[in-house]
Amino acid sequence: MRAEVALPILVPLLFGALSLIAWRSNLMQRVLGIIGSVTLLICSIWLLMSVLDQGHVVMYMGGWMAPYGITLVADLLSAIMVVLTGMMAVAIAIYSLSSASPSHEKFGYYPLMHLLLAGVAGSFLTGDIFNLYVWFEVMLIASFALLILGGERAQMEGAIKYVTLNLLSSAIFLSAIGLLYGLVGTLNMADIAVKLSQTEHTGLVDVIAVMFMIAFGIKAAAFPLFFWLPASYHTGPVAVSALFAGLLTKVGVYALFRVFTLIFNQSPEFTHQLLLWGAAFTMLTGVLGAAAQFEFRRILSFHIVSQIGYMLLGLALFTPLALVGGVFYIMHHIIVKTNLFLISGIVHRLLGTYDLKQLGGVYKDRPYLSILFLIPALSLAGLPPLSGFFAKFIIIRAGIEAEAWVVTAIALIVGLLTLYSMIKIWAEVFWKPLPENHSTVDSNPSTKPSSLAFLYIPVVLLGACTLFIGLNGQPIYEIAEASAKQLLNPALYIEAVLGETP
Amino acid sequence: MMKPGTLILHVAARFLVPLQLVFSIFLLLRGHNEPGGGFIAGLVASGAFALYLFTFGAAVTRDLMRVDPRNLIGIGLLIAMISALPAWFHGQAFLTSQWWPILLPGGTEIKLSTPLFFDIGVYVTVLGSVMTMLVALTETEER
Repeated sequence: MRAEVALPILVPLLFGALSLIAWRSNLMQRVLGIIGSVTLLICSIWLLMSVLDQGHVVMYMGGWMAPYGITLVADLLSAIMVVLTGMMAVAIAIYSLSSASPSHEKFGYYPLMHLLLAGVAGSFLTGDIFNLYVWFEVMLIASFALLILGGERAQMEGAIKYVTLNLLSSAIFLSAIGLLYGLVGTLNMADIAVKLSQTEHTGLVDVIAVMFMIAFGIKAAAFPLFFWLPASYHTGPVAVSALFAGLLTKVGVYALFRVFTLIFNQSPEFTHQLLLWGAAFTMLTGVLGAAAQFEFRRILSFHIVSQIGYMLLGLALFTPLALVGGVFYIMHHIIVKTNLFLISGIVHRLLGTYDLKQLGGVYKDRPYLSILFLIPALSLAGLPPLSGFFAKFIIIRAGIEAEAWVVTAIALIVGLLTLYSMIKIWAEVFWKPLPENHSTVDSNPSTKPSSLAFLYIPVVLLGACTLFIGLNGQPIYEIAEASAKQLLNPALYIEAVLGETP
Repeated sequence: MMKPGTLILHVAARFLVPLQLVFSIFLLLRGHNEPGGGFIAGLVASGAFALYLFTFGAAVTRDLMRVDPRNLIGIGLLIAMISALPAWFHGQAFLTSQWWPILLPGGTEIKLSTPLFFDIGVYVTVLGSVMTMLVALTETEER
């Protein structure tokens, strides 16, 4: 039995339980955090290797065969997502060594982090639509708690919007599952795909498809229900925002990719057209929202929204190249966005604020940090030769090939506006002199070099990943291409799960 | 918060708490094929300790439990987690039930199994989390 497909879920759960037992000792929890996340990364790379090697990896939990039991399935997309989860886990674990305050640690910061990772990995790996719902909830509960660690007023305000919108999304998701189950009588995603292609295509299928689109769209922060994200992500502890920014919305995007390639692929002229316009508005509103902001993390939050649009665009165009672009974009985006949030945390540590107007002069004091910022920032804006350039290039090329002119034009304009936002941050935070009335908190004891080192390590590592993808994009492109092929050929997935050709 | 020290509550708690705990064990062991199981048994057990808590206060209840309820959460999760693993050593999928029937002298058979350990884990976790909440609330109240 191939254990690697379940390990990315079991490892964080195990370390979560262990760090709950060690709740008295912050040191112990930190050590467990590092060991746990590194183990997760190793397991996820093992999973990716065996998926690359032998195709889909399937495990029937508890020995109950599909379609009756819960199946864990890893295709290439899931495996890639899990590896990225592992990478972010390691980055955040190192960063937390310095950024997590003892009071947060006392209230279960590390156990919640492990639980969140288990939820994220579970969502990526499950092959059962109801189980997907369960993992979403696991993830959300952990994220609710993480978001309000510290219990400040702004956090509560953000968390209320976050919780409300996400509960709404869960309710829609659950009702959609109920309707779907009523229609096909099964919950296994592969089995649903088979049964749905055999039933008569009625209006109800489209209704269910749209319900899934809304439910996952809310989680992914797509237009029009995205406003919970910029309202809440900047309020939590910075390591938490970074993890959320990298992973949580991408779980929604992943779910959209999974469901709209595997299950609802019968009438792309309706569903994918809808997604296309959703994607276009998501890009546009996100970037315009960012242009109006003057808070470091809020700008970045709005950019998550606009970047989600690109990924959805990849899915919505639904050509082989577009899907490659979508997958590539997810890979690039998770790394870059997490990195930018981590950098905003460093700047906050140095100067004590996130407000662009009060920041300044970082380039003069810390040129290396500025370069570390420029790598992900320019990559996000899509400048060659960084990873974002190739991601955008593939998607826009796919858009031109599909002759979707309007959307492609929007994607190009949004790229330009993204550059504007990044330049704004650069000019305000790094370039302009520090405002005179600002008191530097450089004498702050928490900025001693050893504690700053833990903040820099993950930033450097993630920056290196961005450069690697940019300068040596071929292997990454090939993986993305292979995963897009799998996505466009759901028969492979179905055969791997049900063990027969439909 | 209820005022501790009323006579009826005192006497009732002394008799009810052990009964309720025994009942929770009964529910726990009955669970696999009949109504019962770790979750409901854990709730019944925490009901017992909650009654004790309302009668005698937080400090006494902590003494009675001996283990910090927060520790119980982690221990329970760990037990439940570990019960998923034995299947792996037999080359089966995680969580596949493993049964180890033990024949006692006299002909009765006890069936030890991984679902039992999973249920025990759930029991301990539920007991731990409910008691953590209740004790924390009571202690803020008492302060």
